[in-house]
Amino acid sequence: MHLAYPTVVAALLFSVGVYGVLARRNAILVLMSVELMLNAVNLNLVAFDIRFADRLHGGQVLTLFTIVIAAAEVGLGLAIVLLVYRNRRMVDVDRMDALAEERDAPSVPAAEAPAAEAPHEEAAR
Amino acid sequence: MSGQEVVFALLGVVAVGAGIMVVTTRQLVHAALWLVVTFGALAGGYLVLTAEFVAWVQVLIYVGAVVVLLLFGIMLTRAPIGESADLDSGNRWVAAGVALATAAVLVTVMAMGFRDDRMPLKAGGGSADELGASVFRTWVLPFEVLSVLLLASLVGAIVLSRTDIGGGADIGGGTDIGGRADEEGGA
Repeated sequence: MHLAYPTVVAALLFSVGVYGVLARRNAILVLMSVELMLNAVNLNLVAFDIRFADRLHGGQVLTLFTIVIAAAEVGLGLAIVLLVYRNRRMVDVDRMDALAEERDAPSVPAAEAPAAEAPHEEAAR
Repeated sequence: MSGQEVVFALLGVVAVGAGIMVVTTRQLVHAALWLVVTFGALAGGYLVLTAEFVAWVQVLIYVGAVVVLLLFGIMLTRAPIGESADLDSGNRWVAAGVALATAAVLVTVMAMGFRDDRMPLKAGGGSADELGASVFRTWVLPFEVLSVLLLASLVGAIVLSRTDIGGGADIGGGTDIGGRADEEGGA
């Protein structure tokens, strides 16, 4: 079998995950896209393990380890997402800007930002 | 194209197509269900690549545990059933550009680098027998370290999701959600 098939599938899957991480707003969907990227890496590991006929099976064992780490990551990530939801009643990643720097002019946030966000901030705190 | 290549190409098309559905669908629950299709197709791909044990672990952990955990997360954050319009943020066109550039670079590199590289497919190379011997002989120290990491992340998830131990100030109405979050952390 050509090595190009698994590597190209993994590359496409990885870029789909990149799109999901950058474009999605819901934190759980971002976690799902991270899972897609991790799976692309797993596919590469397995393919190169088979390609080099590794006697120690380093690639496949590392794939098992990556799967375990992904499970731990999604468990912790969901706990954090639930904590954010409990405190703010929303899980939109682009509205979690409590640590962001102030925008340039104070008149601009006064004009538009409070209209959209101030009621929510009040409700969250 | 040999038979294995045809099967793997079909499974790869299914996996990438379902992945695209995951990142473009407008319903949260459907995204999780498309994720099941992606993981299943990838498990089939591992089977074609003779990595049987990894394939079954993929089915058990990803399809069995991770997707269920994600569905629990969707339910616990009170996600709306049905279509929701604001799942994509405003920079989706920038994201599409970045993703297309990533795909172009990676696919070009892979196709140029491994154009005429073939790999031997011998059955039995990834059986539970071989992998078990490998894990518990060569890779036993990383295995143990990983179990400590898993324990630490479990404790961390429990600490984060419980409200009665330290977890910081909680607002009113948090008790009903907190009760369910405890179940999730324990699961």
